[in-house]
Amino acid sequence: MSDTAPEILLSLEHVSLAFGGVRAISDVSFDIRKGEIRAIIGPNGAGKTSMLNVINGFYHPQLGVITFGGRARSRMRPHEAAAQGIARTFQNVALFKGMTTLDNIMTGRSLRMNRGLFWQALRHGPALVEEIRHREFCEEIIDFLEIEAIRKTPVGALPYGLQKRVELGRALAMEPKLLLLDEPMAGMNREEKEDMSRFIVEANRRLGATIALIEHDIGVVMDLSDRVVVLEYGRKIADDVPEVVKADEKVIAAYLGVAH
Amino acid sequence: MNILHAIFVDPFAQMISAPDLLVQTVWEGFVGGVLYSLIALGFVLIYKASGVFNFAQGIMMVFAALTLVGLHEKGAPAWIALALTVAIMYALAVGVERVVLRPLVNQPDIILLMATFGLTYFLIGFGELVFGGNPKAMITEQLFLPSGAIDLSILGGKVTLQKLDIAAAAIALVMVAGLGLFFQKTRIGRALRAVADDHQAALSVGISLNQIWVVVWFAAGVVALATGIMWGARSDVSFALQVVALKALPVLILGGLTSIPGAIVGGLIIGIGEKLGEFYWGPLLGGGIERWLAYFIALAFLLFRPQGLFGERIIERI
Repeated sequence: MSDTAPEILLSLEHVSLAFGGVRAISDVSFDIRKGEIRAIIGPNGAGKTSMLNVINGFYHPQLGVITFGGRARSRMRPHEAAAQGIARTFQNVALFKGMTTLDNIMTGRSLRMNRGLFWQALRHGPALVEEIRHREFCEEIIDFLEIEAIRKTPVGALPYGLQKRVELGRALAMEPKLLLLDEPMAGMNREEKEDMSRFIVEANRRLGATIALIEHDIGVVMDLSDRVVVLEYGRKIADDVPEVVKADEKVIAAYLGVAH
Repeated sequence: MNILHAIFVDPFAQMISAPDLLVQTVWEGFVGGVLYSLIALGFVLIYKASGVFNFAQGIMMVFAALTLVGLHEKGAPAWIALALTVAIMYALAVGVERVVLRPLVNQPDIILLMATFGLTYFLIGFGELVFGGNPKAMITEQLFLPSGAIDLSILGGKVTLQKLDIAAAAIALVMVAGLGLFFQKTRIGRALRAVADDHQAALSVGISLNQIWVVVWFAAGVVALATGIMWGARSDVSFALQVVALKALPVLILGGLTSIPGAIVGGLIIGIGEKLGEFYWGPLLGGGIERWLAYFIALAFLLFRPQGLFGERIIERI
């Protein structure tokens, strides 16, 4: 963070989301600066995943304003959010199970491949050139994530840790401006977590992706993130750099419970 | 004893003693099978991409053929009528996406199935209203489809191949090969398979479900048009033709609802099996065997491979 005012990539102002009578998010405001790693933490049921779903358009909040890249947006559908540069991974890995690793990552290029149906049907000329160019890009991502050995394996047959990696690869293939990661390290052992942390930091530094991530492992969160927002029961209870958040009484109470 | 002899020995003795008849029967079964495959392909395309079992596929076939003939009757030259019909099938795909699929997204499968029933009756009514309900002859000559037959002298006998059947088989093979390549090797094909696997994940990488649905319904419409032309040329174009589409059900059971190769192989097995059964075993049962034999074959298959011949293996981590 430099002295000049940081550029805001995404901001949420007074966002509220309810399903019927259940309030998932109540009047939450925060922003994500360009180039940072932003963590969203909180106990189970705090509304973290709902928050990501709001950002990438799966859910539409009843109240509040969302501004992305300087433009306030109205109801936006997920594929439109993707077109604007928002990529994501899911809590329970959502890959295309019947397809190979390479094909899965290639789907991340969908929006950047735009040769018409006609050429594609012929699989010739411009469409073929385009296919090859994007294939090269995906091979770089595969190298980056060290998954060369499983390029041609149908992902349904892969162990969980590798599936998470392929899912990250698919999101990176979109060259996103904002990358949303929903518990990228859930269910991983120490070694896998270290690998994943490294990929996240590299994606942020080298590929220049702004990242918002949900994570339960507080140690990981403190190491990785520039700033942390803490949710509890759909409300924001803290929002600051990791050191401050860690010492915040409300946060400690939320995590450990406190005697009344 | 006699009955066993009649079932297990006589037919095969007949096949060996008159190989030309066998070839003739297999050929006719093959052509029928290719057309079953095409119809089944229409079902598979739509099911794969949208998870909808499209009950209206049979009617789409009749509707496409009827539109083609009807437009010609109203004075459009054959090629213009063909182009217009393709355009109408595209409009139908867009219409179905807007009016049926989009409002019903995320509803249970049974509701979408019922919606395709509705589509069926809409197409019947609309088709009759515009083009009339009486059977029409397919405009084979105007579309430059060959007529007549080729006689081949082989195996000490004569085999007659209808030129139309040869053309039908060729067109079907080209379509199937083209679609297979398209879905395996292109962006839209990949997007389609992605949508078939996981809607949410597909949305998150920016694939528009609406666009994919239009593409598959249009592809299914074009396949329906091709099948309609071929079946129409073999009999007449009328709404009775839709029962042919019911024959695609055993093909789908055999091939698996999600497999393009399955639809093809399943179609051929049903087509050839049906003709052989009708010709060699039919007389034993007093005929009519072709009405149910296909379902019987499919049922037998279900006992041993419930996911179908090529149905997607169910990969599950425990």
